[in-house]
Amino acid sequence: MTRALTLTLLLIAALAAVAPLGAAPVSEETVHEIGGQLRCVVCQSLSVADSPSETANQMRGIIRERLAAGDSPEQVKAYFVEKYGLWILLSPPRQGFNLLVWVVPFVALGAGLVLVLLLVRRWSRRAAQSNPGPAPDAAMRARIQREMAEREP
Amino acid sequence: MTPELGYAVTVAALVLAVYGAGAGALSAAKGRPDLRASSERAAIGVWLLLTACMLLLVYAFLTFDFSVRYVANNTNRGTPFYYRITALWGALEGSIILWGWMLSLYTLIVVGRYRRTQPQLYPWALAVMLGISSFFLLVMTIPAPPFERLSPIPADGRGLNPLLEDSGMITHPVALYLGFTGFTVPFAFAMAALIIGRTGDEWITITRRWTIIAWYFLSLGLLIGGWWSYHVLGWGGYWAWDPVENAAFMPWLTATAFLHSVMIQERRRMLKLWNLTLIILTFSLTLFGTFLTRSGIIGSVHAFTQGSIGIFFLVFLALVMLGAFSLLAWRIERLRGRSELDSIFSRESAFLLNNLFLIAAAFTVFFGTVFPLLSEAVKGQKVSVGAPFFNLVNIPIFLALIFLMGVGPLIAWRRASAENLRRNFLLPVAIGVVGAALCRVLGVGNLLVLLCMGLVVFVAATIALDFWRAARARRRTGDGWLEATWGLALRQNRRYGGFVVHLGILVIALGVAGSQAWSTQTEATINRGASVELAGYTIRFDDLQPVEESNHFKVVGTFTVSDRRGPYTVLTPAKKFYPQEQTPIAAVDYRLGFMEDLYLVLGDFARDGSHATVKVQINRMISWLWIGGLILTLGAALAIVPEPRRTAARPRPDHVVVA
Amino acid sequence: MSARALRWAIPLAVVPVLALLAYGFRTDPRDIPSPLLGKPASPFALTAFDGKPVSLDALRGKVVVVNFWASWCVPACYDEAPSLERAWQAYRERGVVLIGVNIQDKEEPARRFLAQFRHTFPNAPDPSGRVSVDYGVYGVPETFFIDRQGRVRFKQVGAVTDELLKLQVEKLLAEPA
Repeated sequence: MTRALTLTLLLIAALAAVAPLGAAPVSEETVHEIGGQLRCVVCQSLSVADSPSETANQMRGIIRERLAAGDSPEQVKAYFVEKYGLWILLSPPRQGFNLLVWVVPFVALGAGLVLVLLLVRRWSRRAAQSNPGPAPDAAMRARIQREMAEREP
Repeated sequence: MTPELGYAVTVAALVLAVYGAGAGALSAAKGRPDLRASSERAAIGVWLLLTACMLLLVYAFLTFDFSVRYVANNTNRGTPFYYRITALWGALEGSIILWGWMLSLYTLIVVGRYRRTQPQLYPWALAVMLGISSFFLLVMTIPAPPFERLSPIPADGRGLNPLLEDSGMITHPVALYLGFTGFTVPFAFAMAALIIGRTGDEWITITRRWTIIAWYFLSLGLLIGGWWSYHVLGWGGYWAWDPVENAAFMPWLTATAFLHSVMIQERRRMLKLWNLTLIILTFSLTLFGTFLTRSGIIGSVHAFTQGSIGIFFLVFLALVMLGAFSLLAWRIERLRGRSELDSIFSRESAFLLNNLFLIAAAFTVFFGTVFPLLSEAVKGQKVSVGAPFFNLVNIPIFLALIFLMGVGPLIAWRRASAENLRRNFLLPVAIGVVGAALCRVLGVGNLLVLLCMGLVVFVAATIALDFWRAARARRRTGDGWLEATWGLALRQNRRYGGFVVHLGILVIALGVAGSQAWSTQTEATINRGASVELAGYTIRFDDLQPVEESNHFKVVGTFTVSDRRGPYTVLTPAKKFYPQEQTPIAAVDYRLGFMEDLYLVLGDFARDGSHATVKVQINRMISWLWIGGLILTLGAALAIVPEPRRTAARPRPDHVVVA
Repeated sequence: MSARALRWAIPLAVVPVLALLAYGFRTDPRDIPSPLLGKPASPFALTAFDGKPVSLDALRGKVVVVNFWASWCVPACYDEAPSLERAWQAYRERGVVLIGVNIQDKEEPARRFLAQFRHTFPNAPDPSGRVSVDYGVYGVPETFFIDRQGRVRFKQVGAVTDELLKLQVEKLLAEPA
């Protein structure tokens, strides 16, 4: 039963993987995408794509213009950085000092995972040493299971 | 007259609070019941005086008393009646009164509940709470007095910030502050426990319900904040990783970690040090959030005025953190338990991982929020850390947490055998994979969304499976399905309340994933009578009308929306012009639905109404966020229901290994 | 890990964070330094409210002061407007050009603003916002001081005063073309 189920699962997963993907993005989407990486200068924390303010509106217009004139998305972003400084990017570029903000959380998570695993190992070794305890034998185990299934799981 | 009276009341409350804190501490240290009674009377007095403060301020608002600066700054003669009352907490000074008042109310409840039942912990807890109240009263007296006199008295006030003229503004701060201040109680009892050296489980058992209630109100406050952002700010989103949103989110994360890890302490007497650390962190983060909003060190949409108030908060935050952690360090010997785990595959491990991920998320949010400050301090360079960063790092963490939500409640304590794992998880995993595959077939290309869907289905299946098995067993005693489920939920209300809360979180997660993946929008300038199309809807621009309101002027656009079947609704987004504001405020109009919200924002328009720019959004599954919030409410309510009295209460055996 | 001294690491660990927050009081999150200082000013070609063309290129060799304003910018733009007109009267014969750029505004209120302060220096609207973004403007009022070689030398965020105008203009006038 278990094997059949596992095989069915694998089959479904395989079928799903070959299903067709979505269509390629359209220019307005590119504007939205670039805008999503730029900070709206008159709002706090909203992106140029999201902000309803007039400034953001105008900035979206400028993005559209520049894309139409042949700039690549990178060049458009570079233009804004040239005028406003790194601050205009909604997240700092992954270089230099700013690399810290991208790396430190993952490092902290990794360190935390290692710590938890070490603690778990140490605590389970301690438990093994201090508490052997009489384990119920097979017949007793079966009986316990039966009775518990009859009451509450 | 009013400003002076209010100020006198504030000062009196401050003096009483300081006295009460001192008397309480002294009574606990020297064992003097008379001082304790005196301190209790002081607590009652503080509450009475703060209530008087609030009523006085509301009276000033209602009578247009512009001699009070706070009233003049936050209302004018056109402000509607109900907003004049709720403008009480519309700006800095009033928000401090609200915080102080809630704190004094909670202190009163603590006095009532625990003066007889907890003779040892209670006096210290009372002293700590009155001490914290003293701080907020000090803030009300010196840097942010609400009763400052304005002279000469203006003919009319400035008016409320128009973004705050909304039902969300009435409820959001109240819920949020009920949450923030609620954590003061477990913190106070934790400090009491450390001071007298009773670092066992008592303080946790006493404050269990407080923690859940505070956690619930914080969750509610965050959700209402999202709702307010969604329907007022005009950008169609509910969370922007704004520094102040982050500041409220961090204590929520650590509080959730705390909620879970206390269960390990209750069961296995482990993690005492960690739980104390968590509650200190949670309380400190509530203060940090308040500090962030009011100090002006990080710009934010919420930022109140600057001034010396930031320094007050920073100093107090420093005192609390250094003091609390020093107490912890002092008592560390008593907190070292002999922690033992039987296996890495156990509920204990699942809870440890749960804590790890929640703390990692809190750390990420914290680091991202203060990084601009760090960058400026170290490199002299100003950078922004916004949504792209927070989303990138937090999404994997939240997905892992969803997975743990499914594993945790069902995996066995101590050691989960292969049999236990198979029995509880094989079917849900299968259903989860099928769910993800189904989404793929339905056209979802984004891998993260698929993963999220699969995990959510997996967790939902684990919950359903547990309910079903348990109810089925109860049915053997003759109950019907409904009775069985209901009885089960009541009997083990903590467990099943937790399940319902998890279900609420799942629904919210689905809403977040769905809205990110499937929402769409467009912006267009259309002439009168012309239309724009999006996702099967046709939006026709009909009219533009000016309207005069009591305190502002607005231009209302009329748009008829039709779908394939014909006219569907008429939406009227507007642009509001307030005399005291520099730029117009967009008033969004929307039609909410279960799967889709239709959302219209009016942009630029021609004076003669010949054409207008409109932003149309089809936001999908946003309503699931609010529905999830409702489910959360039910779950939290269930979890705090007092346990029904059982006739033969037998402790659950926890040392029989069931394979 | 049970060394008696080590336990005090817990409260001490908090200190660096508090120090960072305290540092925050010395900074202003709204004060963004301009990356344009020392760089050539972006050229622009606008049409003034009175119909005449306004272009930066034509002004090479003169000291140019570009002031961004809006009629809804209360009270700062209103506070500085008389100072600007005074500076224009004082320096226009000495090779200084003052240009006002009106952003995110409607024509009527803008003209009313100009009439109220009786500005005689060229003022032009920037309808698409191109010029304001070219100069990294993020609020009003902002004023840029451009030297004779066409480089941006100073940016004032917020209202200008007579003293500031005098200081910056005299400094740039003293430099050779």
